[in-house]
Amino acid sequence: MNETLLRELIPAVTGVLVRRGADFATAEDAVQEALIRALASWPADPPVDPKGWLVTVAWRRFLDSTRADISRQAREARVDAEPPQGSAEERDDTLHLYFLCAHPSLTPTSAVALTLRAVGGLTTRQIAQAYLVPEATMAQRISRAKRTVSAVRLGQPGNLFTVLRVLYLVFNEGYSGEVDLADEAIRLARQVTSMTDDEEASGLLALMLLHHARRSARTTAGGALVPLAEQDRSRWDTELIGEGVTILRSALARDRLGEYQAQAAIAALHADAQRPDETDWVQIVEWYDELVRITDSPVARLNRAVAVGEADGARAGLIALQQVDEGVPRRTAVEAYLCERAGDLASAARLYADAARAATNVAERDHLTRQAARLNGVVRG
Amino acid sequence: MAKYLLLKHYRGGPTPEVAFPPMDRWTPAEVDAHIKYMQDFAATLEGTGEFVDGQALSPEGTFVRYDGEGRPPVTDGPFAETKDLIAGWMVIDVDSYERAVELAGELSAAPGPDGKPIYEWLELRPFLTAPPTVTE
Repeated sequence: MNETLLRELIPAVTGVLVRRGADFATAEDAVQEALIRALASWPADPPVDPKGWLVTVAWRRFLDSTRADISRQAREARVDAEPPQGSAEERDDTLHLYFLCAHPSLTPTSAVALTLRAVGGLTTRQIAQAYLVPEATMAQRISRAKRTVSAVRLGQPGNLFTVLRVLYLVFNEGYSGEVDLADEAIRLARQVTSMTDDEEASGLLALMLLHHARRSARTTAGGALVPLAEQDRSRWDTELIGEGVTILRSALARDRLGEYQAQAAIAALHADAQRPDETDWVQIVEWYDELVRITDSPVARLNRAVAVGEADGARAGLIALQQVDEGVPRRTAVEAYLCERAGDLASAARLYADAARAATNVAERDHLTRQAARLNGVVRG
Repeated sequence: MAKYLLLKHYRGGPTPEVAFPPMDRWTPAEVDAHIKYMQDFAATLEGTGEFVDGQALSPEGTFVRYDGEGRPPVTDGPFAETKDLIAGWMVIDVDSYERAVELAGELSAAPGPDGKPIYEWLELRPFLTAPPTVTE
Protein backbone atom coordinates (compact mmCIF):
# COMPACT_ATOMS: atom_id res chain seq x y z
CA MET A 1 0.00 0.00 0.00
CA ASN A 2 1.68 3.20 -1.03
CA GLU A 3 1.08 6.55 0.59
CA THR A 4 -0.88 7.99 -2.31
CA LEU A 5 -3.35 5.10 -2.23
CA LEU A 6 -3.63 5.50 1.50
CA ARG A 7 -4.38 9.19 1.11
CA GLU A 8 -7.16 8.37 -1.38
CA LEU A 9 -9.08 6.83 1.50
CA ILE A 10 -8.88 9.79 3.86
CA PRO A 11 -11.96 11.79 2.87
CA ALA A 12 -14.13 8.67 2.82
CA VAL A 13 -12.94 7.57 6.27
CA THR A 14 -13.36 11.05 7.77
CA GLY A 15 -16.74 11.25 6.09
CA VAL A 16 -17.89 8.04 7.79
CA LEU A 17 -16.87 9.37 11.19
CA VAL A 18 -18.66 12.65 10.61
CA ARG A 19 -21.83 10.87 9.51
CA ARG A 20 -21.68 8.76 12.65
CA GLY A 21 -21.85 11.96 14.64
CA ALA A 22 -18.20 12.87 15.24
CA ASP A 23 -17.51 16.56 15.02
CA PHE A 24 -15.34 17.42 12.09
CA ALA A 25 -12.25 18.67 13.92
CA THR A 26 -12.01 15.64 16.19
CA ALA A 27 -12.78 13.24 13.35
CA GLU A 28 -10.02 14.75 11.26
CA ASP A 29 -7.50 14.39 14.09
CA ALA A 30 -8.60 10.81 14.70
CA VAL A 31 -8.10 9.92 11.03
CA GLN A 32 -4.63 11.46 11.06
CA GLU A 33 -3.75 9.26 14.04
CA ALA A 34 -5.12 6.21 12.26
CA LEU A 35 -2.97 7.05 9.24
CA ILE A 36 0.15 7.22 11.34
CA ARG A 37 -0.64 3.79 12.75
CA ALA A 38 -1.38 2.46 9.29
CA LEU A 39 1.97 3.64 7.97
CA ALA A 40 3.66 1.91 10.90
CA SER A 41 1.84 -1.40 10.87
CA TRP A 42 0.67 -2.08 7.32
CA PRO A 43 4.02 -2.84 5.72
CA ALA A 44 4.39 -5.89 8.00
CA ASP A 45 0.72 -6.71 8.34
CA PRO A 46 -1.42 -5.40 5.46
CA PRO A 47 -5.15 -5.41 6.16
CA VAL A 48 -7.62 -7.18 3.86
CA ASP A 49 -9.90 -4.16 3.87
CA PRO A 50 -7.76 -1.02 4.25
CA LYS A 51 -10.69 1.35 4.46
CA GLY A 52 -12.52 -0.78 7.04
CA TRP A 53 -9.32 -0.94 9.07
CA LEU A 54 -8.90 2.83 8.99
CA VAL A 55 -12.54 3.43 9.92
CA THR A 56 -12.28 1.07 12.89
CA VAL A 57 -9.03 2.50 14.19
CA ALA A 58 -10.05 6.12 13.63
CA TRP A 59 -13.44 5.56 15.24
CA ARG A 60 -11.83 3.98 18.33
CA ARG A 61 -9.43 6.85 18.46
CA PHE A 62 -12.33 9.29 18.26
CA LEU A 63 -14.17 7.48 21.06
CA ASP A 64 -11.05 7.49 23.21
CA SER A 65 -10.58 11.18 22.69
CA THR A 66 -14.15 12.02 23.59
CA ARG A 67 -13.72 9.93 26.75
CA ALA A 68 -17.39 9.16 26.90
CA ASP A 69 -16.87 5.76 28.38
CA ILE A 70 -20.46 4.97 29.15
CA SER A 71 -21.87 5.88 25.81
CA ARG A 72 -18.85 4.29 24.22
CA GLN A 73 -20.20 0.77 24.57
CA ALA A 74 -23.44 1.86 23.00
CA ARG A 75 -21.55 3.54 20.17
CA GLU A 76 -19.37 0.50 19.60
CA ALA A 77 -22.44 -1.67 19.49
CA ARG A 78 -23.72 0.65 16.82
CA VAL A 79 -20.46 0.38 14.89
CA ASP A 80 -20.75 -3.39 14.85
CA ALA A 81 -24.27 -3.05 13.57
CA GLU A 82 -23.27 -0.68 10.76
CA PRO A 83 -24.06 -2.16 7.39
CA PRO A 84 -21.18 -2.41 4.94
CA GLN A 85 -20.62 0.84 3.11
CA GLY A 86 -22.77 1.23 0.05
CA SER A 87 -20.99 3.06 -2.70
CA ALA A 88 -23.59 5.83 -2.95
CA GLU A 89 -23.40 6.51 0.76
CA GLU A 90 -19.64 6.47 0.72
CA ARG A 91 -19.64 8.90 -2.15
CA ASP A 92 -21.91 11.28 -0.28
CA ASP A 93 -19.72 11.16 2.82
CA THR A 94 -16.63 11.94 0.81
CA LEU A 95 -18.26 14.74 -1.13
CA HIS A 96 -19.65 16.19 2.07
CA LEU A 97 -16.11 16.49 3.33
CA TYR A 98 -15.02 18.37 0.22
CA PHE A 99 -17.94 20.76 0.72
CA LEU A 100 -16.96 21.33 4.35
CA CYS A 101 -13.34 22.04 3.50
CA ALA A 102 -14.30 24.55 0.82
CA HIS A 103 -17.21 26.00 2.75
CA PRO A 104 -18.10 29.57 1.70
CA SER A 105 -17.62 30.75 5.30
CA LEU A 106 -13.86 30.15 4.90
CA THR A 107 -11.47 32.53 3.21
CA PRO A 108 -9.82 31.04 0.09
CA THR A 109 -6.51 30.74 1.94
CA SER A 110 -8.09 28.77 4.79
CA ALA A 111 -10.15 26.61 2.46
CA VAL A 112 -7.03 25.66 0.51
CA ALA A 113 -5.15 24.71 3.68
CA LEU A 114 -8.02 22.69 5.11
CA THR A 115 -8.69 20.88 1.83
CA LEU A 116 -5.06 19.84 1.46
CA ARG A 117 -5.00 18.60 5.03
CA ALA A 118 -8.41 16.97 5.51
CA VAL A 119 -9.15 15.56 2.05
CA GLY A 120 -5.64 15.60 0.62
CA GLY A 121 -4.14 14.01 3.72
CA LEU A 122 -0.98 16.11 3.53
CA THR A 123 0.77 16.87 6.79
CA THR A 124 0.74 20.38 8.20
CA ARG A 125 4.49 20.54 7.62
CA GLN A 126 4.11 19.66 3.94
CA ILE A 127 1.41 22.28 3.43
CA ALA A 128 3.43 24.91 5.30
CA GLN A 129 6.44 24.15 3.14
CA ALA A 130 4.42 24.32 -0.05
CA TYR A 131 3.09 27.77 0.83
CA LEU A 132 6.32 29.06 2.37
CA VAL A 133 4.97 29.85 5.82
CA PRO A 134 6.12 28.51 9.22
CA GLU A 135 4.57 25.25 10.35
CA ALA A 136 3.11 26.89 13.49
CA THR A 137 1.29 29.45 11.34
CA MET A 138 -0.12 26.76 9.07
CA ALA A 139 -1.21 24.68 12.06
CA GLN A 140 -3.17 27.65 13.39
CA ARG A 141 -4.63 28.41 9.99
CA ILE A 142 -5.90 24.84 9.74
CA SER A 143 -7.29 24.64 13.25
CA ARG A 144 -9.11 27.95 12.88
CA ALA A 145 -10.61 26.71 9.63
CA LYS A 146 -11.73 23.52 11.36
CA ARG A 147 -13.36 25.53 14.11
CA THR A 148 -15.14 27.68 11.55
CA VAL A 149 -16.68 24.75 9.73
CA SER A 150 -17.38 22.60 12.78
CA ALA A 151 -20.61 24.55 13.22
CA VAL A 152 -21.75 23.61 9.71
CA ARG A 153 -24.51 21.07 9.96
CA LEU A 154 -24.38 17.74 8.21
CA GLY A 155 -26.80 17.40 5.36
CA GLN A 156 -26.66 21.03 4.24
CA PRO A 157 -26.48 21.20 0.50
CA GLY A 158 -22.90 21.58 -0.60
CA ASN A 159 -21.47 24.14 -2.96
CA LEU A 160 -19.49 22.42 -5.67
CA PHE A 161 -18.43 25.74 -7.14
CA THR A 162 -16.29 26.62 -4.12
CA VAL A 163 -14.75 23.13 -4.14
CA LEU A 164 -13.69 23.57 -7.76
CA ARG A 165 -12.41 27.06 -7.01
CA VAL A 166 -10.20 25.72 -4.22
CA LEU A 167 -8.78 22.98 -6.43
CA TYR A 168 -8.13 25.55 -9.17
CA LEU A 169 -6.23 27.72 -6.66
CA VAL A 170 -4.13 24.76 -5.52
CA PHE A 171 -3.30 23.90 -9.14
CA ASN A 172 -2.53 27.46 -10.10
CA GLU A 173 -0.38 28.39 -7.14
CA GLY A 174 2.86 27.44 -8.75
CA TYR A 175 4.84 27.05 -5.55
CA SER A 176 6.40 23.72 -4.98
CA GLY A 177 8.01 22.00 -2.07
CA GLU A 178 8.32 18.33 -1.34
CA VAL A 179 4.70 17.95 -2.43
CA ASP A 180 3.74 18.68 -6.01
CA LEU A 181 0.65 20.86 -5.68
CA ALA A 182 -0.28 20.51 -9.35
CA ASP A 183 -0.28 16.72 -9.07
CA GLU A 184 -2.21 16.95 -5.84
CA ALA A 185 -4.85 19.22 -7.39
CA ILE A 186 -5.24 16.82 -10.30
CA ARG A 187 -5.59 13.86 -7.96
CA LEU A 188 -8.32 15.62 -5.97
CA ALA A 189 -10.07 16.83 -9.13
CA ARG A 190 -10.13 13.25 -10.38
CA GLN A 191 -11.73 12.14 -7.15
CA VAL A 192 -14.38 14.90 -7.28
CA THR A 193 -15.09 14.12 -10.93
CA SER A 194 -15.59 10.46 -10.11
CA MET A 195 -18.23 11.40 -7.54
CA THR A 196 -20.33 13.90 -9.49
CA ASP A 197 -21.77 14.24 -12.98
CA ASP A 198 -20.99 17.93 -12.92
CA GLU A 199 -19.76 19.25 -16.28
CA GLU A 200 -17.66 21.94 -14.65
CA ALA A 201 -15.84 19.42 -12.45
CA SER A 202 -14.92 17.60 -15.66
CA GLY A 203 -14.08 20.91 -17.30
CA LEU A 204 -11.70 21.76 -14.47
CA LEU A 205 -10.01 18.37 -14.60
CA ALA A 206 -9.59 18.72 -18.38
CA LEU A 207 -8.17 22.22 -17.92
CA MET A 208 -5.63 20.96 -15.41
CA LEU A 209 -4.57 18.02 -17.56
CA LEU A 210 -4.17 20.18 -20.66
CA HIS A 211 -2.00 22.70 -18.83
CA HIS A 212 -0.07 20.05 -16.95
CA ALA A 213 0.78 18.50 -20.31
CA ARG A 214 2.88 21.55 -21.16
CA ARG A 215 4.69 21.60 -17.87
CA SER A 216 8.15 20.50 -18.96
CA ALA A 217 8.09 22.94 -21.88
CA ARG A 218 6.94 25.90 -19.82
CA THR A 219 10.26 26.83 -18.20
CA THR A 220 13.90 26.63 -19.21
CA ALA A 221 16.37 24.58 -17.18
CA GLY A 222 17.30 27.86 -15.50
CA GLY A 223 13.68 28.50 -14.50
CA ALA A 224 12.90 31.25 -17.03
CA LEU A 225 9.38 31.38 -18.40
CA VAL A 226 8.92 30.17 -21.99
CA PRO A 227 5.90 31.81 -23.69
CA LEU A 228 3.41 29.47 -25.32
CA ALA A 229 4.46 30.46 -28.84
CA GLU A 230 8.11 29.59 -28.13
CA GLN A 231 7.58 26.31 -26.31
CA ASP A 232 9.06 23.11 -27.74
CA ARG A 233 5.75 21.40 -28.50
CA SER A 234 7.40 18.01 -28.91
CA ARG A 235 7.82 18.10 -25.13
CA TRP A 236 4.11 18.40 -24.49
CA ASP A 237 2.68 15.26 -22.91
CA THR A 238 0.37 13.84 -25.59
CA GLU A 239 -1.13 11.28 -23.23
CA LEU A 240 -2.34 13.96 -20.83
CA ILE A 241 -3.60 16.03 -23.75
CA GLY A 242 -5.53 13.05 -25.09
CA GLU A 243 -7.10 12.39 -21.72
CA GLY A 244 -7.96 16.07 -21.20
CA VAL A 245 -9.55 16.36 -24.63
CA THR A 246 -11.64 13.21 -24.12
CA ILE A 247 -12.93 14.41 -20.75
CA LEU A 248 -13.66 17.85 -22.17
CA ARG A 249 -15.54 16.46 -25.20
CA SER A 250 -17.90 14.41 -23.10
CA ALA A 251 -18.53 17.37 -20.79
CA LEU A 252 -19.19 19.77 -23.68
CA ALA A 253 -21.55 17.22 -25.28
CA ARG A 254 -23.90 17.68 -22.34
CA ASP A 255 -24.32 21.30 -23.35
CA ARG A 256 -24.03 22.97 -19.96
CA LEU A 257 -21.14 25.29 -20.55
CA GLY A 258 -19.23 26.92 -17.71
CA GLU A 259 -16.00 28.83 -17.24
CA TYR A 260 -13.73 25.83 -16.69
CA GLN A 261 -15.02 24.05 -19.78
CA ALA A 262 -14.50 27.24 -21.81
CA GLN A 263 -10.95 27.65 -20.49
CA ALA A 264 -10.24 23.99 -21.17
CA ALA A 265 -11.56 24.38 -24.71
CA ILE A 266 -9.06 27.20 -25.29
CA ALA A 267 -6.23 25.08 -23.88
CA ALA A 268 -7.35 22.19 -26.13
CA LEU A 269 -7.20 24.41 -29.23
CA HIS A 270 -3.63 25.36 -28.35
CA ALA A 271 -2.85 21.68 -27.84
CA ASP A 272 -4.23 20.90 -31.32
CA ALA A 273 -1.67 23.13 -33.03
CA GLN A 274 1.56 21.33 -33.92
CA ARG A 275 3.15 24.70 -34.61
CA PRO A 276 2.13 28.13 -33.26
CA ASP A 277 1.08 29.33 -36.74
CA GLU A 278 -1.41 26.45 -36.98
CA THR A 279 -3.34 27.80 -33.98
CA ASP A 280 -7.02 28.31 -34.69
CA TRP A 281 -7.23 31.82 -33.22
CA VAL A 282 -10.65 32.51 -34.72
CA GLN A 283 -12.14 29.67 -32.69
CA ILE A 284 -10.15 30.76 -29.64
CA VAL A 285 -11.68 34.24 -29.91
CA GLU A 286 -15.13 32.60 -29.99
CA TRP A 287 -14.34 30.72 -26.79
CA TYR A 288 -13.15 33.92 -25.13
CA ASP A 289 -16.44 35.52 -26.15
CA GLU A 290 -18.18 32.69 -24.28
CA LEU A 291 -15.85 33.10 -21.31
CA VAL A 292 -16.50 36.86 -21.15
CA ARG A 293 -20.24 36.16 -21.38
CA ILE A 294 -20.08 33.62 -18.52
CA THR A 295 -17.68 35.37 -16.16
CA ASP A 296 -17.65 39.01 -17.22
CA SER A 297 -14.07 38.87 -15.97
CA PRO A 298 -11.56 41.59 -16.90
CA VAL A 299 -8.86 38.93 -17.21
CA ALA A 300 -10.96 37.08 -19.80
CA ARG A 301 -11.41 40.36 -21.71
CA LEU A 302 -7.67 40.94 -21.61
CA ASN A 303 -6.87 37.48 -22.92
CA ARG A 304 -9.56 37.92 -25.56
CA ALA A 305 -7.73 41.03 -26.79
CA VAL A 306 -4.57 38.93 -27.22
CA ALA A 307 -6.52 36.35 -29.21
CA VAL A 308 -8.16 39.05 -31.35
CA GLY A 309 -4.67 40.41 -32.04
CA GLU A 310 -3.65 37.01 -33.38
CA ALA A 311 -6.86 36.36 -35.30
CA ASP A 312 -7.46 39.77 -36.88
CA GLY A 313 -4.16 41.59 -36.51
CA ALA A 314 -2.48 43.70 -33.86
CA ARG A 315 -4.54 46.83 -34.66
CA ALA A 316 -7.76 44.91 -33.99
CA GLY A 317 -6.21 43.59 -30.78
CA LEU A 318 -5.40 47.12 -29.62
CA ILE A 319 -9.00 48.15 -30.31
CA ALA A 320 -10.25 45.17 -28.28
CA LEU A 321 -7.87 46.21 -25.52
CA GLN A 322 -9.72 49.52 -25.19
CA GLN A 323 -12.56 47.56 -23.56
CA VAL A 324 -10.24 46.42 -20.78
CA ASP A 325 -9.95 48.58 -17.65
CA GLU A 326 -6.63 50.34 -17.17
CA GLY A 327 -5.97 48.76 -13.79
CA VAL A 328 -6.21 45.12 -14.89
CA PRO A 329 -2.96 43.28 -14.13
CA ARG A 330 -0.87 42.43 -17.21
CA ARG A 331 -2.80 44.89 -19.38
CA THR A 332 0.33 46.92 -20.06
CA ALA A 333 2.25 43.76 -20.98
CA VAL A 334 -0.45 42.89 -23.52
CA GLU A 335 -0.44 46.43 -24.90
CA ALA A 336 3.34 46.25 -25.28
CA TYR A 337 3.07 42.96 -27.18
CA LEU A 338 0.36 44.28 -29.51
CA CYS A 339 2.28 47.54 -30.11
CA GLU A 340 5.33 45.57 -31.15
CA ARG A 341 3.25 43.47 -33.53
CA ALA A 342 1.75 46.66 -34.92
CA GLY A 343 5.27 47.96 -35.62
CA ASP A 344 5.44 50.65 -32.93
CA LEU A 345 8.68 49.46 -31.35
CA ALA A 346 9.47 52.57 -29.32
CA SER A 347 6.09 52.50 -27.55
CA ALA A 348 6.39 48.74 -27.10
CA ALA A 349 9.80 49.09 -25.41
CA ARG A 350 8.49 51.75 -23.05
CA LEU A 351 5.35 49.70 -22.25
CA TYR A 352 7.36 46.53 -21.63
CA ALA A 353 9.48 48.43 -19.11
CA ASP A 354 6.34 49.81 -17.42
CA ALA A 355 4.83 46.31 -17.38
CA ALA A 356 7.98 44.86 -15.81
CA ARG A 357 7.78 47.36 -12.97
CA ALA A 358 4.15 46.37 -12.34
CA ALA A 359 4.68 42.60 -12.65
CA THR A 360 3.57 40.55 -9.66
CA ASN A 361 5.84 37.57 -10.22
CA VAL A 362 9.54 37.23 -10.78
CA ALA A 363 9.50 35.10 -13.93
CA GLU A 364 7.11 37.49 -15.65
CA ARG A 365 9.10 40.53 -14.57
CA ASP A 366 12.30 39.01 -15.92
CA HIS A 367 10.59 38.08 -19.18
CA LEU A 368 9.18 41.60 -19.64
CA THR A 369 12.52 43.19 -18.78
CA ARG A 370 14.21 41.08 -21.47
CA GLN A 371 11.57 42.16 -24.00
CA ALA A 372 12.14 45.83 -23.14
CA ALA A 373 15.92 45.38 -23.40
CA ARG A 374 15.62 43.58 -26.76
CA LEU A 375 13.40 46.32 -28.25
CA ASN A 376 15.51 49.15 -26.85
CA GLY A 377 18.46 47.50 -28.61
CA VAL A 378 16.52 47.46 -31.89
CA VAL A 379 15.25 51.04 -31.48
CA ARG A 380 18.78 52.33 -30.76
CA GLY A 381 19.90 50.44 -33.86
CA MET B 1 -2.89 34.31 -0.48
CA ALA B 2 -0.23 36.96 -0.77
CA LYS B 3 2.84 37.81 1.20
CA TYR B 4 3.65 41.34 2.25
CA LEU B 5 6.64 42.90 3.92
CA LEU B 6 5.98 45.45 6.66
CA LEU B 7 9.06 47.62 6.93
CA LYS B 8 9.77 49.61 10.04
CA HIS B 9 12.12 52.54 9.52
CA TYR B 10 14.30 54.34 12.02
CA ARG B 11 14.36 57.19 9.53
CA GLY B 12 12.92 57.89 6.12
CA GLY B 13 9.37 57.83 4.83
CA PRO B 14 6.74 60.53 5.25
CA THR B 15 6.95 63.18 7.95
CA PRO B 16 6.10 61.64 11.33
CA GLU B 17 2.51 62.27 12.38
CA VAL B 18 3.52 62.74 16.01
CA ALA B 19 6.87 64.12 17.13
CA PHE B 20 8.49 61.75 19.60
CA PRO B 21 12.03 61.38 20.89
CA PRO B 22 14.23 58.45 19.77
CA MET B 23 13.65 55.25 21.71
CA ASP B 24 16.82 55.61 23.78
CA ARG B 25 15.22 58.59 25.53
CA TRP B 26 12.10 56.63 26.51
CA THR B 27 11.78 55.08 29.96
CA PRO B 28 12.71 51.38 30.13
CA ALA B 29 9.06 50.58 30.83
CA GLU B 30 8.00 52.43 27.67
CA VAL B 31 10.58 50.55 25.63
CA ASP B 32 9.37 47.26 27.11
CA ALA B 33 5.76 48.11 26.34
CA HIS B 34 6.65 48.95 22.74
CA ILE B 35 8.54 45.68 22.25
CA LYS B 36 5.84 43.67 23.96
CA TYR B 37 3.26 45.17 21.60
CA MET B 38 5.30 43.93 18.62
CA GLN B 39 5.67 40.46 20.13
CA ASP B 40 1.99 40.22 21.01
CA PHE B 41 1.10 41.35 17.53
CA ALA B 42 3.29 38.60 16.02
CA ALA B 43 1.76 36.02 18.37
CA THR B 44 -1.76 37.11 17.39
CA LEU B 45 -0.88 36.79 13.73
CA GLU B 46 0.49 33.32 14.30
CA GLY B 47 -2.85 32.50 15.88
CA THR B 48 -4.75 33.75 12.83
CA GLY B 49 -2.42 31.82 10.53
CA GLU B 50 -0.98 34.94 8.94
CA PHE B 51 2.51 35.26 10.43
CA VAL B 52 5.57 34.38 8.38
CA ASP B 53 8.58 36.12 9.87
CA GLY B 54 9.68 39.09 11.93
CA GLN B 55 13.17 40.41 12.60
CA ALA B 56 14.75 43.50 14.04
CA LEU B 57 17.93 45.01 12.60
CA SER B 58 20.78 46.80 14.26
CA PRO B 59 20.97 50.43 13.12
CA GLU B 60 24.73 50.05 12.62
CA GLY B 61 25.40 48.71 9.13
CA THR B 62 28.27 48.50 6.69
CA PHE B 63 28.24 49.02 2.93
CA VAL B 64 30.25 46.37 1.07
CA ARG B 65 31.23 46.04 -2.56
CA TYR B 66 33.36 43.97 -4.93
CA ASP B 67 36.67 45.63 -5.76
CA GLY B 68 37.99 43.56 -8.66
CA GLU B 69 39.54 40.13 -9.14
CA GLY B 70 41.80 39.00 -6.30
CA ARG B 71 41.14 42.02 -4.15
CA PRO B 72 39.30 42.01 -0.83
CA PRO B 73 35.86 43.62 -0.75
CA VAL B 74 35.75 47.31 0.05
CA THR B 75 33.72 48.39 3.07
CA ASP B 76 32.31 51.76 3.92
CA GLY B 77 30.21 53.27 6.65
CA PRO B 78 28.47 53.16 8.97
CA PHE B 79 26.79 56.39 7.97
CA ALA B 80 25.13 58.09 10.86
CA GLU B 81 23.13 60.39 8.60
CA THR B 82 21.74 57.96 6.00
CA LYS B 83 18.34 59.26 4.99
CA ASP B 84 16.55 55.93 5.04
CA LEU B 85 17.30 53.46 7.82
CA ILE B 86 15.42 50.20 8.23
CA ALA B 87 14.76 49.08 11.79
CA GLY B 88 13.16 45.73 11.13
CA TRP B 89 10.44 43.92 9.32
CA MET B 90 7.53 41.60 9.57
CA VAL B 91 6.34 39.29 6.78
CA ILE B 92 2.65 38.39 6.66
CA ASP B 93 0.66 36.02 4.44
CA VAL B 94 -2.88 37.32 3.99
CA ASP B 95 -5.95 37.00 1.80
CA SER B 96 -5.96 40.50 0.39
CA TYR B 97 -4.25 43.87 0.12
CA GLU B 98 -7.02 45.33 2.30
CA ARG B 99 -6.17 42.87 5.07
CA ALA B 100 -2.47 43.76 4.78
CA VAL B 101 -3.31 47.47 5.18
CA GLU B 102 -5.52 46.69 8.17
CA LEU B 103 -2.72 44.78 9.89
CA ALA B 104 -0.10 47.42 9.10
CA GLY B 105 -2.42 50.00 10.66
CA GLU B 106 -2.69 47.88 13.79
CA LEU B 107 1.06 47.41 14.07
CA SER B 108 1.56 51.13 13.60
CA ALA B 109 -0.44 51.77 16.78
CA ALA B 110 2.46 50.47 18.93
CA PRO B 111 2.83 52.58 22.07
CA GLY B 112 5.60 55.08 22.68
CA PRO B 113 6.21 57.66 25.43
CA ASP B 114 3.41 57.74 28.01
CA GLY B 115 1.99 54.59 26.44
CA LYS B 116 0.43 56.58 23.59
CA PRO B 117 0.52 55.33 19.99
CA ILE B 118 3.39 56.83 17.99
CA TYR B 119 1.43 56.76 14.71
CA GLU B 120 4.54 55.34 13.07
CA TRP B 121 4.64 55.15 9.27
CA LEU B 122 5.20 51.56 8.16
CA GLU B 123 6.07 50.67 4.59
CA LEU B 124 3.97 47.91 3.01
CA ARG B 125 5.56 46.05 0.07
CA PRO B 126 4.07 43.05 -1.77
CA PHE B 127 6.31 40.05 -2.49
CA LEU B 128 6.76 39.02 -6.09
CA THR B 129 5.37 35.51 -6.44
CA ALA B 130 5.92 32.45 -8.56
CA PRO B 131 4.08 32.61 -11.90
CA PRO B 132 0.59 31.10 -12.06
CA THR B 133 0.19 27.93 -14.11
CA VAL B 134 -2.82 29.05 -16.12
CA THR B 135 -2.15 32.33 -17.89
CA GLU B 136 -4.18 32.25 -21.07
